Amino acid sequence: MAEPEHNVDPDLTIEHEHTTHSNAFYIAIGAILLVLTVTTAAVAFVNLGPFNPVVALLIATIKATLVVLFFMHVKGASEKLTGAVVVSGFFFLAILLSLSLADYLTRNWR
Amino acid sequence: MHNSPATPGSTAAQTVAPAATMDHEAFNPALRHHFADAQQQKNAASLGMWLFIVTEIMFFGGMFCAYLIYRVAHFNAFAAGSQQLNIWLGAVNTAVLIVSSVTVVLAVKAAESGKRKVLVGYLVVTVLLGLTFLVIKGFEYAEKFEKHHVPGPTFNFTEKFDDNGKQIPVNPKEAELFFSLYFAMTGMHALHMIIGCGLFTGLAIMAWKGHFTSDYFTPIENGGLYWHLVDIIWIYLFPLLYLISRHT
Repeated sequence: MAEPEHNVDPDLTIEHEHTTHSNAFYIAIGAILLVLTVTTAAVAFVNLGPFNPVVALLIATIKATLVVLFFMHVKGASEKLTGAVVVSGFFFLAILLSLSLADYLTRNWR
Repeated sequence: MHNSPATPGSTAAQTVAPAATMDHEAFNPALRHHFADAQQQKNAASLGMWLFIVTEIMFFGGMFCAYLIYRVAHFNAFAAGSQQLNIWLGAVNTAVLIVSSVTVVLAVKAAESGKRKVLVGYLVVTVLLGLTFLVIKGFEYAEKFEKHHVPGPTFNFTEKFDDNGKQIPVNPKEAELFFSLYFAMTGMHALHMIIGCGLFTGLAIMAWKGHFTSDYFTPIENGGLYWHLVDIIWIYLFPLLYLISRHT
């Protein structure tokens, strides 16, 4: 086993994935998330009829997407598999919610 | 092995000898021998963490599903229950978690840059923000106990659903269902916060002892993924539990 050559590409081990951003960028994303939090609390006091929960969940989804893409570094991840796993997670959650509600919401239909 | 030329993409047998590469300039003491290189090891750890996160999404997804079904079935009682929650404490806690997510991502950045003291600082601030969240949550729970809004033999709900000034009486049993889901979901979330605070305390100690280098900080990254997941769950819990029919 004297001096084995193995195929570590020095570029791969030394260089990092370039998925991180500057501190200012992260703080800016955090500021956007805080503004959206204030927005969602404020909008809750405005009567939008059936659209109140829609707006609330839309804002929540925008916030969650920002966190997943930029804080959890899914955007720009070198490994495509990570993206596939993330999408599969939300895909199965969508199946759970949509098929369950497709049952419960239609039980009174005659 | 010495005279077998190693080329990128060669078979695994030729790539499993990093333990003997002490003299290699790219040698990384944190690299386990069954990985070809640090990037592969990192990707494997990240994939495992994401698979765990998917199971967490499905775990909380079950409770979100139960919540949606009962909310549709007993909307007035859920709205009446939601109106009894403290929207300001909920909003402040959302902000606390968002700030903690920023400190986590800055911690990962500090770890990547090899700044040990900055890393420890951000990890400690994250734990303090997590504890702040739990203390605020504790005050909210205390209020629920005082108002007898905790499901069980002492549960008592006489409040009405204020539907734009119209006072609609609700079935207390249905309101109890709302508070059962409220305590199940926020309680399970709080348990994740407690685990997260313990996790980050451990990471801070490891970071202080110098376990992490700019070449190896996978536990910081994966701990960060966990923290962000718990943040995202709260991002959904806040509007779903606190913001039902607030426009009065």
